[in-house]
Amino acid sequence: MIETVPLGVQLAWFLATLSFVIGLRRLSSPTRARTGIWVAGFGMVLAVASMFFHPDLRNNLPLIIVAMSLGGGFALLHAKQIDMTRIPQMIALYNALGGVSAAGIAMLVLLHVSEYGPAAKSLAVLGGLIGCIAFAGSLFAFLRLRGHFSRRDAFAKRQVAYLANGSLVLLLGLILATSATAHPVLLLLFIALAISFGLLMTMPTSAADMPVLISLYNALTGLAVALDGFVLVNPAMMVAGTIVFAAGSLLTRLMARAVNRRLSEIMYSGFGLAEDGLVDNGDREHVNTIDARDAAVDMAYAGRVVIVPGYGMATAQAQHKLRELTQLLDERGVDTGFAIHPVAGRMPGHMNVLLAEAGVPYEKIHDLSDINAEFAQVDVVLVVGANDIVNPAARDNAESPLFGMPVLDVDRSKRVIVLKRGDGTGYAGVENELLFAPVTRVLFGDARDSVQELIMAIKGLD
Amino acid sequence: MNGISALYLVLLAAVAGYVLIARVPSILHTPMMSGSNFIHGIVLAGAMLALGGAQGILEQVIGFVAVMAASANVVGGFIVTDRMLSLFDKSDDRGNNHGLSAKSLEIDSAVGEDRRLPKALNTSKRA
Repeated sequence: MIETVPLGVQLAWFLATLSFVIGLRRLSSPTRARTGIWVAGFGMVLAVASMFFHPDLRNNLPLIIVAMSLGGGFALLHAKQIDMTRIPQMIALYNALGGVSAAGIAMLVLLHVSEYGPAAKSLAVLGGLIGCIAFAGSLFAFLRLRGHFSRRDAFAKRQVAYLANGSLVLLLGLILATSATAHPVLLLLFIALAISFGLLMTMPTSAADMPVLISLYNALTGLAVALDGFVLVNPAMMVAGTIVFAAGSLLTRLMARAVNRRLSEIMYSGFGLAEDGLVDNGDREHVNTIDARDAAVDMAYAGRVVIVPGYGMATAQAQHKLRELTQLLDERGVDTGFAIHPVAGRMPGHMNVLLAEAGVPYEKIHDLSDINAEFAQVDVVLVVGANDIVNPAARDNAESPLFGMPVLDVDRSKRVIVLKRGDGTGYAGVENELLFAPVTRVLFGDARDSVQELIMAIKGLD
Repeated sequence: MNGISALYLVLLAAVAGYVLIARVPSILHTPMMSGSNFIHGIVLAGAMLALGGAQGILEQVIGFVAVMAASANVVGGFIVTDRMLSLFDKSDDRGNNHGLSAKSLEIDSAVGEDRRLPKALNTSKRA
């Protein structure tokens, strides 16, 4: 098959693959990351343009161009205007679309089943299955991160449904892979069941764990693309897909390790379903509150203030106000800094990106391992929209579902001020025991408004 | 290409993927995920081929959706990654030392003031 592809097209594929490798290599270095995506982008343009010279691209040329303009145009408008706080959702969405495409290719191959050998058919079935799982899983992750389906849907007998669905999909896949003629109805049934399998796989995962799962589905889309590449004998797809799969798997493990959990726990545990070890709701009366003026005094006369941002900072868009606050405190001679948990926000590096956007100096941002031992010397910790990552239960309470996850030991400092919008729990659905610690004071209100009040109050001190 | 040489290709590509990402500092995990999300957009090449060989309305619909989705994957993946990375050298526009300037990073690590880079390498070694 590949022998019939003109040499120029094959050369373009090779150059594209090379540029993907170089691009990814550059993406892994902070100083060259930005050039990396442009190198990879160049390769992509080359690969896509060369396809128009492919001899097998016989029919539907206008359709191809319309579809490309529609899809590309939508993404162009959408991705340009989307708010940077929504990055995790965006990655999930575009990954879901990649999964759809991989599944669509596999479907078309299975509809032309007579043109392919047994190995290609099996690979297409696998590619279709994995593409559908990546699609359904990413789409569900996207919706859950947008706030839909926030209730944890753990219906009874989920495992039974999971197993039944899984075996049915495998059975149908086996039939499709071995049959000599196309079965459009069976194929559609197979696709529908593969999608529902992906949904069942993702449903029990909490929003807090979604980034790890998005990374996993990203890797799976890579695998589906590679499998389709084998079927279509396109080495660029094979290699790029395999690289994304390998890199994505490793990245998933690194991210899971950052929260000290195994992937299997994330996918199969009923996080937040364990009722034991949770603080009784009656204890909420013991939350000590503080008003903005007192909090401002605490901070203005402190020697050292550390701010711990979480996803709440992103949703409230409080990063610019926080930068203003630290500048104000700096002028008063207070030592300020930010402590970033590896999974603060919903993705590694998410907080760093937002703080960089707001213009917070690089040297003010500290990692968990850098700063955790120093909290005993910190006068005031300001927790902005973070929950699970500062919950001391993860350290002290073996019954807690969070137990074992590394957290910022903010409760060891002299005063903790928690900015909190409502009295809900974290994304893991776990009560934050930090709120009941003796050093903690809670300042209720929207994070950005609260920080604004703090700024005004500090300015009013002179 | 026969099956066995394809297996060798997979082996080497998988090794390349591992090597490429093994030393990524955690601050770059999100751009890295987004970048690889863009790269699997190469599925567009396959989708074009699939639609190019499609006959009948069912196949055309499936192919059309595949091409459209893949194009969105490519364009969206690129823009999101680039926007994210553009924040890393934002300070160059402002002429101060704020933000995660690529240049300031280089200078900082050169004079040994920056603790992030060696730190990040430690993290990946531990992992």
